[in-house]
Amino acid sequence: MITFYLFLVLLLIPTIWFFYGNKTAQKIKLKNGKLHSLIHYYGLFVLLYSLLPSIFVYIIILVGDDILFSYLINDYIPEKIKNSSDYNKVIVMTQIQNILDGIYFGEQPDWVKLASEKIEHWSNLSLLVNYSLTISISIIGGFLGFRRINPDLRSRNSVETIIIYVLGFSSLLAILTTVGIVFSVIFESLRFFAIIPASEFLFGLTWNPQFEGAERAGSGQEGLASYGSVPLFVGTFLISFVALCIAVPIGLYSAIYLSEYASKKERSIFKPLLEILAGIPTVVYGFFAALTVAPMLRSGGTLIGLDVASESALAAGFVMGIMIIPFVSSLSDDVINAVPQSIRDAGYALGSTKNEVVLQVILPAALPGIIGSIILAVSRAIGETMIVVMAAGLAANLSFNPLDAVTTVTAQIVTILVGDQEFESAKTLSAFALALTLIVITLILNFYALHIVKKYREQYE
Amino acid sequence: MSNNNKNYTLMDAKKAEEIVRSNVKKRRRKDIVLKSIGQFAIFVALSFLVFLFVSIFAKGIPGFFQHYVTLEVNLDQKRLDPKGDLSPDSLYSGDARKLVLEALYKEINPKGRKQKKAAKKILSSNAEIRVAQMVLENPSLLGKTIPITFALDDDIDSFLRGYIKRDTPESDRRINNTVIKFVDVLVEKKLVNYKFSDYILSGSASRSPEIAGVKGALIGSILTLFVCFILSFPIGVATAIYLEGFAAKNRITEIIEININNLAAVPSVVFGILGLAIFIGVFGMPRSIPLVGGMVLGIMTLPTIIISSRAAISAVPPSILDAAYGVGASKLQTMFHHVIPLAIPGMLTGTIIGMARALGETAPLLMIGMVAFIVDIPNSIQEPATVLPVQIFMWADFAERMFVNKTSSATIILLVFLILMNGVAIFLRNKLERRW
Repeated sequence: MITFYLFLVLLLIPTIWFFYGNKTAQKIKLKNGKLHSLIHYYGLFVLLYSLLPSIFVYIIILVGDDILFSYLINDYIPEKIKNSSDYNKVIVMTQIQNILDGIYFGEQPDWVKLASEKIEHWSNLSLLVNYSLTISISIIGGFLGFRRINPDLRSRNSVETIIIYVLGFSSLLAILTTVGIVFSVIFESLRFFAIIPASEFLFGLTWNPQFEGAERAGSGQEGLASYGSVPLFVGTFLISFVALCIAVPIGLYSAIYLSEYASKKERSIFKPLLEILAGIPTVVYGFFAALTVAPMLRSGGTLIGLDVASESALAAGFVMGIMIIPFVSSLSDDVINAVPQSIRDAGYALGSTKNEVVLQVILPAALPGIIGSIILAVSRAIGETMIVVMAAGLAANLSFNPLDAVTTVTAQIVTILVGDQEFESAKTLSAFALALTLIVITLILNFYALHIVKKYREQYE
Repeated sequence: MSNNNKNYTLMDAKKAEEIVRSNVKKRRRKDIVLKSIGQFAIFVALSFLVFLFVSIFAKGIPGFFQHYVTLEVNLDQKRLDPKGDLSPDSLYSGDARKLVLEALYKEINPKGRKQKKAAKKILSSNAEIRVAQMVLENPSLLGKTIPITFALDDDIDSFLRGYIKRDTPESDRRINNTVIKFVDVLVEKKLVNYKFSDYILSGSASRSPEIAGVKGALIGSILTLFVCFILSFPIGVATAIYLEGFAAKNRITEIIEININNLAAVPSVVFGILGLAIFIGVFGMPRSIPLVGGMVLGIMTLPTIIISSRAAISAVPPSILDAAYGVGASKLQTMFHHVIPLAIPGMLTGTIIGMARALGETAPLLMIGMVAFIVDIPNSIQEPATVLPVQIFMWADFAERMFVNKTSSATIILLVFLILMNGVAIFLRNKLERRW
């Protein structure tokens, strides 16, 4: 709540400066008869001087203090604990944080209590410092800006430059996100590859991650942990393949019908209807796959004497195929429409029927674009998570049979990272290695697909 | 045709005409075949859509209803409110459960401990809380005997719906013969009725399906989307303005553009990993809170907003810009006074579509711990919460039969919100967007 009031104050002070700046500029204008910029630019000038530095300082302290504390707290952790073999900073910090949050059971060691008291003390101090500092900076900044007001101040130019810098800064956030993703994945992956050799991860045929804690506790599975990701990728591609078998024919023929045969009205009805399929949340598809499609396939399989696993790749792939139909149909439709009318007319002028023009002229011309759209659909299928988490299995079988239960990369990432994790364990880290591979694959596919589509578009422009 | 190509001598015109004519029918037929295949493909795709909706609505609509029993409960003040101060503390420690059970026993007359134990299974565990709440809201009820409706236990509900069959052997049934006998008595006395559920919209997460509802998840979703919007709309629009209006054509701009396109292609689960590693790992933010969820979804939605806002800005015709420059406006003035007001509908459309996607997103939120079982309804963006899709995911895993209906009902609620949002987007596009 107090943060909310701080925000109000932090907005109020610059607003006051804005009106005060405007008023002063008005006075100067009345006295001097001329000003360089319009009056409100002087107000804005003072406002920005007051607002931006204080927000900057606020964010720095907000983010920085925890990092500083975790560094300072080192002095309060006894040497004995720091030197012990299973010392882990993250666990210690969680221990301290738990006391702060009031979630702990039994008697805690004295040093943990002391450390948590220290942290609480520091947090309160840092909050106080933060509030007073930001408010005073806001006032002083406004004053400095205010002092600069004079008839020759080119306030519009300054204000515009600042605003453009702010705009440019926000566009850097896209880079920051990418850097964040890459770093969060690469660091952990490197630690994983320090434990498990990359060759085992990339070419190993069994996937059976184990918590080290379980091994130490002697769960009878010692030494069984293995991190060969091949079964996961086979599972992923198997499910994606099933999905493509559904989505490509349906999507492609729909695209042909929509772009070549349908009237304008039909097109305006059917295209959005098909696109609804892409707008339905994946968790709904997952629920549908697990609850309706999988039992249906299973009982259908029993009828004709096939043994279909209840979490078969077929069910997940089938539903995923429904989901990606619009990716194929809409993009292919755009691509087919981009084939110049002159090429069609040339075909008709030779007396060809529509069928001949479509199959022998337009499709070959549009083929690169269609392949691009299919690749995009594949990358979408590979990255899809909820359907496989809910409808595909978790057992990593190395199987090419769509009736078997297989698991996928995304399903494994979710199962490993949801819930309690053991820090520094190869199992937790393996999820990051999987994510890294997933990112690399989808980015390559997308890059390639967009490249094809772009090249193809240029060809006709 | 093609088999005649090998013969390069000119054919007699009449003969050629004959060949072409004889083929025309076949070629036309092929044309019709292709057209029908196309129609069939669209038909199949749309029937999937219909099948999906029908299967969800068929299960979901019953989920909005449930069975209730009406009992005459004697609201004895001494037993309900032992401390006599009407505080929630005193009421919840009172003997409401016994009072409710006594009212039930009066209707069905159980004999012996075994039968009473069976009778206890009929009512939802929420019954006494309901009584306590009623008294808390309206203390004048104390001392009276009034009819109150209680939710039946989910197994009884499933039995009344016919999912638990009477003729299954008793050992395989979730409810035994005594319970069924009692339920029959209640039905015979016309005390049981089937009506719109009080809990689905106003209840919170619960392991007992008969009192589970989506209110907590819905509020969690709204809080998360709020954070997502606050974060992604200003930054997205600012980025779009910068890239369309002010960015120099240099290496950095190019890298930014490539980055944005790449981010749009990254699987959503990866954004969850980003949230887990950076927001929770490095910045030490707590798990399960809408603040972190909104930040993750905001980053995920950013590319959508940037791309659609750029399209909206670049769709404003150059003549408008020229006119503004012509009367001496600066670049920034032109942008903010003329281009953006015209581009706002397009930007909003893109933003709403992005928000709708964020509303349905599940996987990244699982990674940052919004999958925790949270009973309390969240009050702020810093309290643990769950969201609607994650609630659906969790309910889908529960074994009780009634959760299948509840999950489908939650899905319907989610779909209704998505349809509303997309409807607003389409409305904006059709009404406000100007075609030049």
